[in-house]
Amino acid sequence: MTQGIGAIWVYLATSPLLGLVVTLVAYVAATVFYRRTGGFPLAHPVLLSVALIAALLEFGHIPYARYFEGAQFVHFLLGPATVALAVPLFENAERVRRAAPAIAVGLVCGSVTAALSAVLIARALGATDVVLRSLAPKSVTTPIAMGISEKVGGLPSLTAALVILTGITGAMLFPLLYEATGIADWRARGLGAGTAAHGIGTARALMLSTTAGAFSSLAMGVNAILSAVLVPPMLTLLLGR
Amino acid sequence: MDLGVLQVLALLLACQLAGEVVTHAANLPAPGPVLGMVFLLLGLLALRRVPSALERTSRGLLDNLSLLFIPAGVGVIRHLEILRAQWLPILASIVGSTVLAMLVAAGAMLATEALFARGSSANAGGRDR
Repeated sequence: MTQGIGAIWVYLATSPLLGLVVTLVAYVAATVFYRRTGGFPLAHPVLLSVALIAALLEFGHIPYARYFEGAQFVHFLLGPATVALAVPLFENAERVRRAAPAIAVGLVCGSVTAALSAVLIARALGATDVVLRSLAPKSVTTPIAMGISEKVGGLPSLTAALVILTGITGAMLFPLLYEATGIADWRARGLGAGTAAHGIGTARALMLSTTAGAFSSLAMGVNAILSAVLVPPMLTLLLGR
Repeated sequence: MDLGVLQVLALLLACQLAGEVVTHAANLPAPGPVLGMVFLLLGLLALRRVPSALERTSRGLLDNLSLLFIPAGVGVIRHLEILRAQWLPILASIVGSTVLAMLVAAGAMLATEALFARGSSANAGGRDR
């Protein structure tokens, strides 16, 4: 009997099906729990699901690469979903056009603040050089962030992890931070979420307001390009070559 | 003519593919999917409306956008050692800079708008909203 279960486990642990099902089930369970708590920030579904799955992999001695063989099917949909952000953006095209100069100023200021403050805070608290370089692009959407990290001498895969942690942090702070500081404008809230917390911030903004989601998508896209241009020279200035 | 879910997925993937091709060919600092988003947006601006199937399928994808970050998020476990050793600077840096960037981006946008509004109300002698 136990041998039977063991054999099934051995089979499942090597099949991509397990990683895929675990990802979906963890997300559904985390979403239900999040709603039950009335949207408590620390119960954010991405944070809960990641913690749950990470614990499972640790206890089950399943390497991340094996898990990803199944989870990659979910991961792959990020591409078409990013393209689909054009729809809310189109629906808000007029609002974006009217605020274009203000958006540009907000984006440049936000983008520089994200990278500069990340490096300065971590340096003041004694982070190592490679961690500083990996932290600098952490507000940028993953593929570009990894590219920047590689270029400036960081660890791209560490950057990918920091990007996700940043996104979750931004999503947890949205819209609490804006309520606390009296910023009520959903366009500005969206712009901040996309600049600081890329796609995960955008996902959170979209849940609460299509307008915020549109501004967040725009900010995510432009911030990726701005950071690719600005972060490398900024790091050379701050940390040397 | 209306599109089905499959056609919409094909359209989204085709935009992404076009984005990947252009960004690699021209060596641009933009991810392929983001460029694909720009292509789809240009298409919608030319069409002047969103086909209902595209509206439905994109909503289905975007309603669950958070889910799509989980596989990459679990990748955090590959760096537990560095995160454990330097948890304080990393945590402070992420939380601090996220708060600052969210406030600065939103605040700078609103401040610029207020400045423009003051300028235009001085010219026109009134606010347009």
